[in-house]
Amino acid sequence: MLWGSNARETHPIYFHHVLKGIHNGAALYVVDPRRTSSAQWADRWLGLDVGTDIVLAHAAGREILSAGLHDREFIERATSEFDAYRKAVEPYTLERAERESGVPGEAIRDLAHAYAKAPTAQLCWTLGITEHHNAVDNVRALINLALLTGHVGRYGSGLCPLRGQNNVQGGGDMGALPDRLTGFQHVENPALRSKFEAAWNCRIPPKKGWHLSGMFDAMERGDLTTLYVLGENPVVSEADKDRALRLMNGLDFLVVQDILFTQTAEIADVVLPAQAGWAESEGTVTSSERKVQRVRRAVQPPPGCRDDMQIIFDLANHMGHEWGEPDSETMWNELRTLSPMHAGMSYERLEKLGGIRWPCYDESHPGELFLHGRLWADPLIGPRAPFAPVEHCPPVDVLDDEFPIRLTTGRRLDSYNTGVQSSQYASPMRWGETLDLSPEDGQMHGLAEFERVRVSSRRGAVEARVRFDPGLRPGLAFMTTHFPDEVDTNRLTIDAVDPKSGTAEFKATAIRVDKIGAAATGS
Amino acid sequence: MSDYPTPDAPSLTIPVPRGPLPSTPDRGAGPPVTLEVDGEAVTVPAGSTLLDACSKRGVDTPTLCYLETLSPVNVCRVCVVELEGSRTLVPACSRPAAEGMVVSTDSERVRLSRRMVLEFLSSSNDVETAPELQEYMERYGADPERYGSRNGQAATQAQPTKIDNELYVRDYSKCILCYKCVEACGVDAQNTFAIAVAGRGFESHIATEFDVPLPDSACVYCGNCIGVCPTGALMFKSEHDLRNAGEWDESQQETTDTICPYCGVGCTLTLHTQDNRIVKATSPLDQEVTSGNLCIKGRFGWQFVGGGKSGSSGS
Repeated sequence: MLWGSNARETHPIYFHHVLKGIHNGAALYVVDPRRTSSAQWADRWLGLDVGTDIVLAHAAGREILSAGLHDREFIERATSEFDAYRKAVEPYTLERAERESGVPGEAIRDLAHAYAKAPTAQLCWTLGITEHHNAVDNVRALINLALLTGHVGRYGSGLCPLRGQNNVQGGGDMGALPDRLTGFQHVENPALRSKFEAAWNCRIPPKKGWHLSGMFDAMERGDLTTLYVLGENPVVSEADKDRALRLMNGLDFLVVQDILFTQTAEIADVVLPAQAGWAESEGTVTSSERKVQRVRRAVQPPPGCRDDMQIIFDLANHMGHEWGEPDSETMWNELRTLSPMHAGMSYERLEKLGGIRWPCYDESHPGELFLHGRLWADPLIGPRAPFAPVEHCPPVDVLDDEFPIRLTTGRRLDSYNTGVQSSQYASPMRWGETLDLSPEDGQMHGLAEFERVRVSSRRGAVEARVRFDPGLRPGLAFMTTHFPDEVDTNRLTIDAVDPKSGTAEFKATAIRVDKIGAAATGS
Repeated sequence: MSDYPTPDAPSLTIPVPRGPLPSTPDRGAGPPVTLEVDGEAVTVPAGSTLLDACSKRGVDTPTLCYLETLSPVNVCRVCVVELEGSRTLVPACSRPAAEGMVVSTDSERVRLSRRMVLEFLSSSNDVETAPELQEYMERYGADPERYGSRNGQAATQAQPTKIDNELYVRDYSKCILCYKCVEACGVDAQNTFAIAVAGRGFESHIATEFDVPLPDSACVYCGNCIGVCPTGALMFKSEHDLRNAGEWDESQQETTDTICPYCGVGCTLTLHTQDNRIVKATSPLDQEVTSGNLCIKGRFGWQFVGGGKSGSSGS
């Protein structure tokens, strides 16, 4: 099951494996507001309205329960909060779900039965689930379904967030999170913190920090006045660009370390030119399947560009800390002494095995093909896995007569995020930024394909060309953030943020579309 | 509430308790198979082909249309071997090994058949950028001139090179119709089905739908067809341009395995570099994530390295 994921375009080589499964007789269900190129391979496409994922998930859960298809023994032995969950899903009847999500009740029933009865089932999601103001609740609604049916912790069954960047998993693993040290060890746990303090011979602040959205709020309050940005382009990638730009321009001091001169670098006080980590430096990255793999230097960097690690070592030196000569393997070996889940991953083994999945506890450990097998151990190992009785909460940016169209965002096959990297090669498939509309909406507004229109939200307005996409339903529009020089999509998007994950609601913006030259208001 | 900490509370576990080591289910392979290859007994696992048995015996069998990541199509006939009890020579790449088979890989009949196949192919095609084929021709003493010179007398596939986009070059005068590109574009990997074999007999050729230019076809520029092409008929434009400029020099090239900088799938990229420049990207066939396949970004998205075209990251 692909939920809020267009893996055919965003994770093409992963989708090759999905296709192998399809050719071997596996069923594919795709839940997505758009009928994407992934959905075209599905046995069943459930085209829900943006932001109604919990309605759909709860209705499926309720149906599984009422048909008696849940895994009673697994629920009894390995989970908690089941009664609260059962109570939470009770109001989500198929009829209500059909009304609120736009998906026929019969299709939800079919999905529920197929998922519950499958001998093995994977539930994969991407930003369609997480770029919402209630991202964590959305994810937990999906986890509920896996716990309900026992589709977790077994070979061939699991929950799989498909990570969108080559080392976003590794960043989290390494502790680039507001509340975790390396290996997901919580910074507010005194025993864990003191282990790091002893190894590093320094004091670590005992309270968790801010996530990215929290940093912007701190800038607003004046609590954050200096920012050091590594390999990120927030001027373009943050929702509600006008606010992001205003806050970043208000900083006392902005440092940007990047391989190319991004729009964020343009407003920086200091720019530190870096090397391309994957082709000009040595190190590791961690893929979506928790696999740590080596990246290696293939070319010498351009003059003046330096290894990220070298820059950070030099900064430390200027601050009065002598860290010695930077070396990726030495650094990695230090990490292995502090992070139990990486302990067995020597460079030699990573080389020999072509990568190892964490956790890997010692040098005789092969790494783990899937997680949560402990839930099937008898007796259960560790804590029970809790159901989450979450509630549906619609998108913050509501549709009304003034802003009647739901804009959602995503990637296209040949491009990537803000286009800093992907704009540098000539793709024959690229047509630049467009506002994709359903042909019906185009007709209703009297638009010709590739006509320039004015697109407005409650925050800002941009001009863009219109393209008709029959995969979109009336009332649904689609844009990317790949071409910020052409169209600043993030002038439109809302920075309503999920309080738990800090993710902004890129997937649900209310917009209006006007012919250029027409009056700015009135429909 | 549960005994598991909520996301806002410090976790006391690091990070989850260690469970049993996950294992893959035992698929229960059949018993191994023993057969005779060139007078010597060879034992191979159930499901092996004669090609596997030949490799186990240390015999280097020529192949053109075969690739371990693709389904055998049996079209090139260069891997044929003599199987006792079989009227015709059999393709080693697809014939399953069976108990008690007796196989000869270097008999006069096998050598003659392989030589003629190589002569047919090389008399009608330009094999200049097909190093494996050239090596086989030498091994089997193939003489394409027996069928007339390629300059005029012999029927050939000579035709202008197709350059209709910035990423691919297609030179079908070098195409030996091994079907590998069609398979890689089809169910064996990419499932885009942008190309197939059109026409009959000597007119058979690889074509997009209605022979339209690539940018008008279903092609998504994954380059997986180029990755499997054994003759250089399909080539990256970066390689083609350097060859045309006389600057392509494989003896000066190095390869480095690293990981693609785009999405989180973790595809291994083999970067081919020359003069401190990336000249092409491939992926190893035996890599469990990719099986040698990439997408357009992994295959062509490296051009920002070294400062990019305009000099304007993880962004």
